[in-house]
Amino acid sequence: MTITIRFFALLRDRAGVDQMTLSVSKGATVSDATKMIADQCPSLRELLNRIAFALNREYVEADAVLHEGDELALIPPVSGGAR
Amino acid sequence: MTDWIAILSTPLDVAAAVEFVRDPAAGGIDVFLGTTRAERSPEGRELLALDYAAYEEMAVQQMHKLAAEARARWPVTKLAILHRVGRVEIAQPSVVIAVSTPHRAQAFECCRYLIDELKKSVTIWKKEVWADGSATWVHPHSA
Repeated sequence: MTITIRFFALLRDRAGVDQMTLSVSKGATVSDATKMIADQCPSLRELLNRIAFALNREYVEADAVLHEGDELALIPPVSGGAR
Repeated sequence: MTDWIAILSTPLDVAAAVEFVRDPAAGGIDVFLGTTRAERSPEGRELLALDYAAYEEMAVQQMHKLAAEARARWPVTKLAILHRVGRVEIAQPSVVIAVSTPHRAQAFECCRYLIDELKKSVTIWKKEVWADGSATWVHPHSA
């Protein structure tokens, strides 16, 4: 099945694209997709273990299961500012 | 429509946000502006501006959810949450939150809640743009 990956901020700059499609097998998780992205885009590898994930615009954990047509966004830490 | 929630690529109109929340039922309006602060990096570079990027579809959805949570906690009359994307020069606002409530304490508390929660989770990122032409994404190490 096919899902869409969206990149933002530093990840977008490193990837050089704002989105890509990825073919994953049935039952694959966010974590599985992330490993595939790391293999396809080595420049992202070091960033991928300190990001959050959103599946169809909701935050999810890495063990969330993917479905056909899903939009998986890789979410770098948000702009913050504790003060 | 009692909430005005938007991500905009044009300068934020603070007066319009205040006008939006002004209401006969309200006894107080609290307004928060987040503005670009002049900075000098440890290497001596001067900050020119912040450049904001958003995952807009998700950010707008999150802002609506925050507004609903605020309404569940305080008797909000009206509220506005406006956030910039693109380049925001020194001293210009990148975010405007305006809240009206029957009594002022509620407006202060609610406005603070909204900005604190927005900063924690809403999918908006900022890039520091320096006078020497360099630019750096700001990614706190919390996530």
